[in-house]
Amino acid sequence: MSSATTAGLSGSDLTRARVARILREPLLGPLAALIVAIIVFSVVSQTFLNPYNLSLILQQSVVVGILAIGQTLIILTSGIDLSIGSVAVLGTIVMAQQAGAGGPILALGATFIVCVVLGAVNGGLVTVLRLPPFIVTLGTFTAIQAATRLLAGSQTYQVPDGVLTLLGTSFRIGGFATTFGVVAMLLVYLFVWYALSQTAWGKHVYAVGGNITASKLSGIKSNRTLFSVYVVTGVIAAIAAWAALGRIPNADPNAYQTANLDTITAVVIGGTSLFGGRGSVIGTLIGTLIVGVLRNGLTQAGVDSLYQNIATGILVIVAVAVDQFARRRSA
Amino acid sequence: MTTTTETSVLQARNLVKKYGNVTAINGADFDLRAGEVLAVVGDNGAGKSSLIKALAGALVPDAGEISMNGEKVNFRNTRDARAAGIETVYQDLAVIPALDIATNVFLGREVRRRGIMGTVFRRLDMPRMRAEASGHLADLKIGIKSVNQAVETLSGGQRQGVAVVRAAAFGRGVIIMDEPTAALGVKESGQVIDLIRSIRDRGIPVVLISHDMPHVFEVADRIHVHRLGKRAGVVNPRERTMSEVVALMTGAEQPSEAERAGGV
Repeated sequence: MSSATTAGLSGSDLTRARVARILREPLLGPLAALIVAIIVFSVVSQTFLNPYNLSLILQQSVVVGILAIGQTLIILTSGIDLSIGSVAVLGTIVMAQQAGAGGPILALGATFIVCVVLGAVNGGLVTVLRLPPFIVTLGTFTAIQAATRLLAGSQTYQVPDGVLTLLGTSFRIGGFATTFGVVAMLLVYLFVWYALSQTAWGKHVYAVGGNITASKLSGIKSNRTLFSVYVVTGVIAAIAAWAALGRIPNADPNAYQTANLDTITAVVIGGTSLFGGRGSVIGTLIGTLIVGVLRNGLTQAGVDSLYQNIATGILVIVAVAVDQFARRRSA
Repeated sequence: MTTTTETSVLQARNLVKKYGNVTAINGADFDLRAGEVLAVVGDNGAGKSSLIKALAGALVPDAGEISMNGEKVNFRNTRDARAAGIETVYQDLAVIPALDIATNVFLGREVRRRGIMGTVFRRLDMPRMRAEASGHLADLKIGIKSVNQAVETLSGGQRQGVAVVRAAAFGRGVIIMDEPTAALGVKESGQVIDLIRSIRDRGIPVVLISHDMPHVFEVADRIHVHRLGKRAGVVNPRERTMSEVVALMTGAEQPSEAERAGGV
C-alpha cells in the first residue's frame, strides 16, 4: 500500500495498466493451469517427471494435437468441425489399403486427396450453401464414419514399415527420446502460428470470425477465406492420419472415436473462443498438453480413466466460463 | 434535367432498386461537388441507406447511372468502389473488435514486407503499417496511445475514429459516412464532426448521412433531402432553418424550383 502511494500516481497507474494487460493476456490462464498440473503430478508421482514419461505424454498428444490445429482454425472463424477426427480415421484406412495396392507414395497421395476433398466439401457447404458448420460437420461426420466402416469392412489393416510409419520413428536428443511425429506436430504448429500471426490470410481468418459483416465491408473475400480454412484443415487431417499410423501401424476404423471432441476440448482449454475471432494455436498446443498431462498424471496416480474424463469435462466447462466472463468484461 | 454546370465528383442519375414489391430507390439523383460536405437527410425508410449503398458499391442498382468526375462507373461490390477511391464508414462501426488498431486500419489492404520475406513468405510489414496508422491518427488528431491496442479497448468515439481514419487513409476521391454519430455521446460526436471538417480541409469531399439536424447544420455545405426513394431537393443550410428541412423531409413543405433541380 505505502509503496504504491509513494511511487506517484502516474507510476502506479502505469504499473496497474501493465498488470492489467498481463492479466488480460489470454495465454496466461492455460499456461498457469499447465504449470500447476505439472507441479501437482510431479509431487504425487515419482515417475511423472522422468524423460521417458514426458516423451510419452508428447507422443500420446500427437494425433489430437495435430487435429486440434485444424479445429483451432475453424473455431477462429466461429465455426466448429465435428468431422475432423473421422476424416483422419478414413485417411488411415485409405492409406493402409493403398499401401498394399500401390505403394507408400501413392498411399500418401491418395490420403491427402481424400482428406482435402472432404475438407472442401465441408467448406463448400458452409460457404456456398451458407449452412451452419455445426450441422454440416455433424452430417459429414455421420456419413464419413459409416463410409469408413463400409470401406474397411470392419477389418483392421497393418501398414508395412517405411514411409508410412516414418512419423513413428524415434530419435534421441541427449537423454530425451522422441519421434518424428512430435517434430511434425511442432512444425505444423509453427507453420500455422506464422500464417495466423504474420500474414494477411491470418488477419482475415480472425476478421471473418470476429465480425463477418465488417470483414466483407472491409473488402475481405470472406467466403474464400472460410473455404481455405476448411481445405487447410483437410491437409492437417491427412498429416494427422500419417502420424497416427506412425504411432500404431495398424489402421482401425474404430480408432480415435473421441478425437473430434478431444480437439474441441484442447482448443477451448487453450483459450480460443468458441464465438470466433480470438485465440491462438499456441493456446491450443498448451491445451493439448494440459489434457495429455492430466490423463497421464491421473493414470500414474492410479485414477480410473472414467474419472479422467470427468476431470477433462470439468476443465472444458471452466475454460468456456472463463472465456464468457472475459468477453462480458471487454464488451 | 438538371442544369448543374459544375462537374460533380460523384453523380447519380435516375437510380432504381427494387426488392420484390418494395422500391428502395425510385429514380434518385445525387450530386457531390469537389471539396464539400454534403449531408443526406430523410425520414426513416426514405431510402437513404439504399442510395448510399449503391454509391458505395454495397448494392447494385437495377437501373440508372453513377459517374465519378464525369466518367460512368459500374460498381459490382465494395471493392470496386474502394478501387475508385470511395471509402465508406458504416453506422454499425465496421471494425473488428479483437484485432488491433493498425490491423483494422489496413484490413483488406495489408502491406507485405519487401523482398523475399514478402513475396515468398507473405510476411506482413507490421512495423510499417503501425507507423502509418499512427501517422494517420495523429493527422486527424485522434488521441490514441498505441496502435497495438485491440479496438475493443477503445471508447465508442475512438472506435469510430479508427473507422474514419481507415477511410481517410485510403479515400482519395470521396468519403461516405453513414450515421457516424448515432452510437456516440455528445463529446464523442463533437470529435467526429471535427474529423469530418479536417477531412474536408484536406480537399476530400464528404457525404454525411445523419439524423442529427444540429450536426448537419454545423458541418454541411449543402443538404440533400431524400424522400420516398428519391431526391426531393438540395438545400442550402444558410437559407433554410432546421424546421424547414424537417418539413421538407416529411413532405409538409415543398422545395423551391431551384432546390428541386439540385442546383443550390
